[in-house]
Amino acid sequence: MINRLKPVWGLLPVVILLALWEITARLELFPGHIFFPSFSEVMQEFFSLMAGGLLVESFSRSLFRVLIGFSAGSVCGLLVGILMGWRELVDRSFGPIISLIYPIPALGWLPLLMLWIGINEMLPIAIIFICSFFPICYTTATGVKCVDKDYIRAARTLGASELKVLTGVILPLALPEIFTGLRLESGMAWRVVIAAEMVAVPTGIGALMMRAESLVRIDIIIVCLMVLSVMCFFFEKCFHYIEQRLTAGWR
Amino acid sequence: MPCVELRRVSNFICRNVDLRVEDSGILVLLGSTGAGKTTLLNVIAGLVEYKGSVLFNGVGVDEVPSNKRRIGYLSQSLALFPHLNAASNIAFGLKTRKNPSSKVKKRVKEMLHLMGIEHLSDRYPYNLSGGERQRVALARALAPSPEVLLLDEPLSSLDYKTSKYLRIEIKRLQQKLGITTIYVTHDQREAEEIGDKLAIIHNGAVGQVGTSEEIFFNPLNKQISEFIGSPNILCCEHCRKLVKGLVEVKSGDLNIVVPDNGNGIKKIAILPHDVYVSRNKPPGPDVNRFKGTIIEMESLVNLTSIRLRVGGHILLAEQPTEITKELNLQAGDDVHLILKMPRIKTLSTGL
Repeated sequence: MINRLKPVWGLLPVVILLALWEITARLELFPGHIFFPSFSEVMQEFFSLMAGGLLVESFSRSLFRVLIGFSAGSVCGLLVGILMGWRELVDRSFGPIISLIYPIPALGWLPLLMLWIGINEMLPIAIIFICSFFPICYTTATGVKCVDKDYIRAARTLGASELKVLTGVILPLALPEIFTGLRLESGMAWRVVIAAEMVAVPTGIGALMMRAESLVRIDIIIVCLMVLSVMCFFFEKCFHYIEQRLTAGWR
Repeated sequence: MPCVELRRVSNFICRNVDLRVEDSGILVLLGSTGAGKTTLLNVIAGLVEYKGSVLFNGVGVDEVPSNKRRIGYLSQSLALFPHLNAASNIAFGLKTRKNPSSKVKKRVKEMLHLMGIEHLSDRYPYNLSGGERQRVALARALAPSPEVLLLDEPLSSLDYKTSKYLRIEIKRLQQKLGITTIYVTHDQREAEEIGDKLAIIHNGAVGQVGTSEEIFFNPLNKQISEFIGSPNILCCEHCRKLVKGLVEVKSGDLNIVVPDNGNGIKKIAILPHDVYVSRNKPPGPDVNRFKGTIIEMESLVNLTSIRLRVGGHILLAEQPTEITKELNLQAGDDVHLILKMPRIKTLSTGL
């Protein structure tokens, strides 16, 4: 029954939530109206921020950092991960180092990087790089290693060179695993950049939120949160879509 | 097509294996699970480490990596690439050898036609039935025209009917292409049907090599005899034609009617589970029915083997334990027994 509902109906709970929010705020069920603006007031603020250009500017700063940091981190992570999964020697050499550094929370690097890099555009990019490189490297290596050895043997007996085994069999079969990593980490990149902007970098959405906090502009904070939620959602969906396209037919 | 030879091959499973498959011949490796049959195939394919040497046409290929050995290998799991459809799976081995795409297309079409699976070319492996997968995998292995074909229990995952049908097809293909083939199975019937020659593999070593008759009538040792089902083998003193297709042979005090093979019969063999034991005289014509005495009985979990003395011979019979209990058979009892005629194998040469 649920499967037969049109995708539009997936929005219904969201609409109900927004309506409840509007009603409770209008009826002032909670004391202190200033701490709980209604949905319509928030949307009003959203449009005025858009018109003033502040939101667009902050947002594009954050987006730029995420795009650069995440693409650099994931490309490096993919390359190293593929090599680690493919060649045992690389795995033996890098594996132990990566498994030691991997568990450090990305934000834990912030104080160190603030001193090394200083407070500039490179700081959030470096943080995002770190937060995407290690997990993607790890999941990619695992994905490549998990490809059934039978397929690799079959490819060899069919005359495939080592490189052809990698590109023709291992990588396509590891794609689902690799994309799971990319999808999760793209969301993570957004979470990390906001945190970095809140504590260290004076520009971007995170910084805008901190400024709004000091001015007790709850409406602005909520606008930022909504933008972030939509962005993370959009990123993950994008990767999901690409994965579906690449593995269409056989999964 | 080359003849394939293994000389003193040893590794973690195999022990000093010497084997030879003639040019365009088909050798069946027969043995129970874990005997090392698959490992031997992997040795020939160059997929595992080994000591000793593998020769194709007398030339050592030990230094040749598996992608250059010109073999077609059908593993037990088939390993059809799940991300490629049937046609692309078949094309895989052609593309790796740098064939121009027009030639690849033509050959794929040819293979699809040869296996009778043109209608499956766009389907992905998850969307194929067991028998269809088998055909696609075989087409993929044969597409690059390998010189040696290695088949690892290719039919074990199929239902009886499909497997029987594919068995005939494989045999026909093998003869048509004249490709030197090594076929692994644990099923004795399948081995007899498909192979020119059988090699019994036991504990990583070759127990006996020969035609199925040679092995059946003349097992080299007790292990091999037990593996093929401990057949009762009787020598024939003389035989007399009854009607067309039937011969009565005399062995000791027994006159046994067997199918005629037209060349005179020297030995006959019957497996213990084709010997029926009953307490009362069975109804019907008095053909291949004898009186005997139980010497001893041995019960396994659900099978009882019964040793009988019949007209100067000792015969082994085997039947489900519950039937033995129902008949209340004891050592020393006099019983009637029936030899199931169509199941009696005959041998004309004096092995």
